[in-house]
Amino acid sequence: MMSAPPIRLQGHRISRSFGGNQVLFDVDLTLHAGEVHALLGENGAGKSTLVRILSGYLPPSSGEIKVSGEPRRFRSSGEAEADGVVMIHQELALAEQLTVEENMFLGRELRRGLFLDRRAMRARCREALVELETEIDPATRVKDLSTSDQQMVEIAKAVTRDVRVLIMDEPTASLTEREVQILFSLVSRLRKKGVAILYISHKLREIEQIADRVTVLRDGHLIDTGLAEGRSKEDLARLMVGREINEMYPARSSVASDAPIVLEARNIEVPGAVRLASFTLRRGEVLGFGGVVGAGRTALCEAILGLRQRRSGEVLRNGKSVSFRHLRDAVRYRIAYLTEDRKGKGLVLNMGLRPNLTLLNLRAYCHPLISRQREAQAYAEAAKRFDIRLRTDVSTAGELSGGNQQKLLLAKVMSIDPEIVIINEPTRGIDVGTKQEIYRFIRDLTESGCSVILISSEMSELIGLSHRVAVMCAGVLTGVLEGDEVNEQEIMQYASGIKGVGVNEHRRA
Amino acid sequence: MSIVVPDNNKPMKRNGFRFDIKTWGPFIALIALAILGVLINSAFLGADNLSNMLTRSAFIGIIAVGATFVITAGGLDLSVGSMAAFIAGVMIILMNGLVEQFGVGITTVLFGIGASLILGMGAGFINGVVTTKGKIEAFIVTLGTMGIYRSLVTYLADGGTLTLDWNVRDVYRPVYYESLLGIPIPVWVFLLVALVGYVLLNYTRFGRYCFAIGSNEKVAEYSAIHVDRVKTLTYVLQGVCVSLATIIYVPRLGSASAATGVLWELEAIAAVIIGGTVLKGGHGRIWGTVVGAIMLTMIGNILNLTDAISNYLNGTVQGIIIIVAVYLQRASWKKNNV
Repeated sequence: MMSAPPIRLQGHRISRSFGGNQVLFDVDLTLHAGEVHALLGENGAGKSTLVRILSGYLPPSSGEIKVSGEPRRFRSSGEAEADGVVMIHQELALAEQLTVEENMFLGRELRRGLFLDRRAMRARCREALVELETEIDPATRVKDLSTSDQQMVEIAKAVTRDVRVLIMDEPTASLTEREVQILFSLVSRLRKKGVAILYISHKLREIEQIADRVTVLRDGHLIDTGLAEGRSKEDLARLMVGREINEMYPARSSVASDAPIVLEARNIEVPGAVRLASFTLRRGEVLGFGGVVGAGRTALCEAILGLRQRRSGEVLRNGKSVSFRHLRDAVRYRIAYLTEDRKGKGLVLNMGLRPNLTLLNLRAYCHPLISRQREAQAYAEAAKRFDIRLRTDVSTAGELSGGNQQKLLLAKVMSIDPEIVIINEPTRGIDVGTKQEIYRFIRDLTESGCSVILISSEMSELIGLSHRVAVMCAGVLTGVLEGDEVNEQEIMQYASGIKGVGVNEHRRA
Repeated sequence: MSIVVPDNNKPMKRNGFRFDIKTWGPFIALIALAILGVLINSAFLGADNLSNMLTRSAFIGIIAVGATFVITAGGLDLSVGSMAAFIAGVMIILMNGLVEQFGVGITTVLFGIGASLILGMGAGFINGVVTTKGKIEAFIVTLGTMGIYRSLVTYLADGGTLTLDWNVRDVYRPVYYESLLGIPIPVWVFLLVALVGYVLLNYTRFGRYCFAIGSNEKVAEYSAIHVDRVKTLTYVLQGVCVSLATIIYVPRLGSASAATGVLWELEAIAAVIIGGTVLKGGHGRIWGTVVGAIMLTMIGNILNLTDAISNYLNGTVQGIIIIVAVYLQRASWKKNNV
């Protein structure tokens, strides 16, 4: 083996806890000059936390960061940038109303005396954009750019700095195939210049294409690190998810082979999010939806429910064509939706618990005026059924713990007595005990003849609960797995576009 | 205070007996102001003065009840003052024109009242549809319609004053000047509007949806609420309230001009805010609004009864009261959130 190139950035035994919840455990990571280092892991494995620590956005609970061998204690991202460590964000962090060039030099404007040196800034901005082969005009306002152009600006912004370590958190999530290739050629150029690059992506094919070295995280632990050569995509996928599935999950109820189809989607197309997706849901079945965040699962379900515009496609309920223009229409057909964003879309945080519970099906508590008594009664029943336990006097939904919020939201959704429940990320940010209660609840639902669509980014959850799993990648429904195919490697391969139909043909934003 | 509820799934304890300064603050302030009034001049509590004061507060009060719905649902309506002037102008022209056909009887007045209601609803509907379907901020839309109605009434009056036919006014007069059971008619209307408003806001789906939308529009949408429809309805309701206020206002002076209803929108918003409704939406209180409207009139009334402060400083005192009221609400709001 050749002597390794010099080390640019090193994290040594990095740990991090939020409250009592430890998300990183003694992780080591070493970035060498002129190398692309891929960081892999499932959602929630701790990748984003790790890179935020390395780039100064978050202090570690313990552990040490060294830049070119010298220990550093970044107090802000600005200090990290001064050391040449620059991060490109997953969520775009641009000022929408400012122009491209103003954004690029935001906070480090070039000046001549007291005044801004617009000419110099424009010239440097143009240079950076030319290097990215884009035709973005530096004078355009960022809000007028497409998402992929905004991503390119974000990248150009990073490159105009004197960058020695570049951290990219899913940079290709919103790029087109052509732009991805341009980005890759830029990455190779930077690599030749001796920049160390840390690259996070869920797309294993990309990793295979550009990474020199890989590190795999799982549940906050370092699982594997080493040269990319000799590690196949399949190996990496297994390393990412290889957790044993324990008895967290109740036994699945059986679905009769002749169970009727209660919901069918045909060729649903949502502009910019979903391409021609079709699936069926049978009575008493849990249909899982796998894929990375942003693969189009939520968009697909919300388009079916009338929460989003769709360009084309047909929805059939019990074999009859239906068209939901508003969520109320779906509710009328006894379909309920549990949003993944319980604080932003699920509960009115500054409202009391009872009004939150009854909000979805308020007419059931009116005759014709709202009956406070019935609301109280409904709440008492829901608290019992969903085991909502309050230790102190809580007056608004915002004061509840995450688990209780989720139970309240579940109770709210179930208030319409649905036959089909679409559940989106039901266990995000809640503790293990509550998780198990929710799993049992899903099983009870199907046993009583309801059907469930379960969108989850937790692989084990999908496998433990679903009868079948539909997998999406970049807006395409790549396949519906059944029986023995429902395992982690298969799902991971369909989710990252290694296997499955139509991924290469329609690969898009 | 924290009440510990054992883990046995009891329905939560209501904090009905807890003294809540946010709920009672406006009432306390009103009583304090009234005591001040009595100390300054014993005539303050006289039946004449009280009924006069309440009658005057009825216009702003009725409009403010409508504004409570708009603001609770996260909107704002700046057009109410000029809407009132415009409606008054059209009413007068219409009634004057109908005199030939129907004489100076009740029929003519009823036509005027009907027209007022239709115009109010229509104007509110326009505000609502443009804000929701056009996805334009309520501030901008109603700033626009405010200018439009104001200029329309100026145009109709040809820059001058529209005056109601003397004989029609005689028929219409009692609506403002008469009393029922010793209470002036405008006060009855105010009371009725407030009562209906209270029930609507607190005991109907519409009211509950206003709270939800004002708190978080996304949550409302994901709770299968027709957000645009409910929001539009708040503006229609506001229009109806403006129309009712105008119906009792026209017989008072029997005229309308470009100066009619100037700054009413700000007084209405002030009444709503003093009453404890949150300007950014999500929390509204009808009785608070009623108290707020009465308080604003009372300040002017007290200044009239004393020489200590010039009557010209009315606006100053009102301004201070508004700011202090909101400051107190915010302070207690913070405490509640700990």
